[in-house]
Amino acid sequence: MIQIVDLHKSFGGKKVLQGVNLTINRSETVVIIGQSGSGKSILIKHLIGLIRPDKGQIYVDGEEITCLNEEAFSKVRRKFAMLFQGAALFDSLTVLENVMFGLKKYSDYSSEEIKEKSRQALHRVGLRGIENLMPHELSGGMKKRVGLARAIAYQPEIILYDEPSTGIDPIRADAINDLINQMKKDLEVTSIVITHDIVSTYKVADRIAMLYQGKIIETGTPEEIRDSPNQIVQQFITGAAEGPIENW
Amino acid sequence: MDSFQKKSLFFFFVQQVGEVGIILGQTFRGIFTRPWEKKNFVHQLEEVGVRSLPVVSLTAAFGGLVFGLQTYIGFHRYIGPGSEAYGGPIISLGLAKELIPILVGLMVSGRVGSSMAAEIGTMRITEQVDALVSLGADPIRYLVVPRALASIVMLPCLTLYGDIIGMFAGYFYNTVLMGVNRYIYIRNTLLYMEFWDVVSGLIKAAVFGAIIAIIGCWQGLKTEAGAAGVGRATTRTVVISSILILIFNFFLSKALPANL
Repeated sequence: MIQIVDLHKSFGGKKVLQGVNLTINRSETVVIIGQSGSGKSILIKHLIGLIRPDKGQIYVDGEEITCLNEEAFSKVRRKFAMLFQGAALFDSLTVLENVMFGLKKYSDYSSEEIKEKSRQALHRVGLRGIENLMPHELSGGMKKRVGLARAIAYQPEIILYDEPSTGIDPIRADAINDLINQMKKDLEVTSIVITHDIVSTYKVADRIAMLYQGKIIETGTPEEIRDSPNQIVQQFITGAAEGPIENW
Repeated sequence: MDSFQKKSLFFFFVQQVGEVGIILGQTFRGIFTRPWEKKNFVHQLEEVGVRSLPVVSLTAAFGGLVFGLQTYIGFHRYIGPGSEAYGGPIISLGLAKELIPILVGLMVSGRVGSSMAAEIGTMRITEQVDALVSLGADPIRYLVVPRALASIVMLPCLTLYGDIIGMFAGYFYNTVLMGVNRYIYIRNTLLYMEFWDVVSGLIKAAVFGAIIAIIGCWQGLKTEAGAAGVGRATTRTVVISSILILIFNFFLSKALPANL
């Protein structure tokens, strides 16, 4: 279980997170929605220690991680995997080497076992015969799949998805949504997805949380969010230009 | 400039020096602790060393030729015709202690330092550095240590190679093109040139290697604001490392003894 308590973060005087409170239960998929630039990526980067908060706590399975030093944090980080917005594949490594990377760092498997498990991860996301290609030879959708294979290869407990459907066409985006659901079903992982794509949100979410002006203003099941009386939530999910949301 | 601006500038300078100091400390700790990224290190040896050979060859050859030319003119004008053969040790000493280490440092700074800043900067803005951290790798160990170690090892090698090319070019200009006596030129060079002259140049080169790698990686790791940010990081790397090479060269020349 992940608990985020009163999380604050500012950059150069600009307050991005202003007291975020959110609980994510084991094996559930929580989708955090919000405008572009609302701090969604900043929020999930706190979970794997890429950014440290100014104030507030994050608990992972009861352990407070915000006070850990870098060495102690690296053990907690093993529980997480992240699919980055642009996949963030390493340009200088082949597809297979990219997928093997986390396994090499986080496991004691032999070189052959690592290769085999990496191939299995690629097969799981529907990719075969591309092991020796370089990232620049892949399409946007394939990059996301390789990024997902790299994320699941070392069997993390929690997967963070940063805008998984951004930058790819609707059909490939739907295929990625199917993969997110499949990972949850097959691996029983906890998933945190950040997106502003409402179609994807309804397809993958067990619960939805909306981040607005640095705070979580609403949480609920997809049905509860769809029927929310909150005008800000309604404007966002319907995509109306007119409404209470400012600074867009 | 009012006092507030002066203070801001001073604090900015201290902050930058602090950032470099932290990366330098983490890098040297990384060099002496396991695990090492051997594959990256070997790749960087090739990138810094082998691929710099053409540019170092050209620079050292023309540096040696022009140094040989000016020394010939100097001896011919101020001491007299026939004295040019005594220029051999001056050419060799000047090349080994000053000119070749500086030329190699500046060339590698332009070729390799800028490339390090651009590569790491691009990794930074495309979240590859964040991906490294999320996959359990330390960016300092994975990116900076192999580059720094390869530069510290390869700059002296390139300098030694440049010394040989430059000295031969100076010899070629004086003896083949200007007809200076070969025997006296070589005898004087061997008589007055000391092993320490070459070694002191190599020590400087190792320091320049560390400067190039640390500045390139530092600028790469702090890259922000997209492609324009990568451009700024590469420019800053070349400017800062070139200036530091010239400053450190002076202080190393003062600090290193003239002979042992």
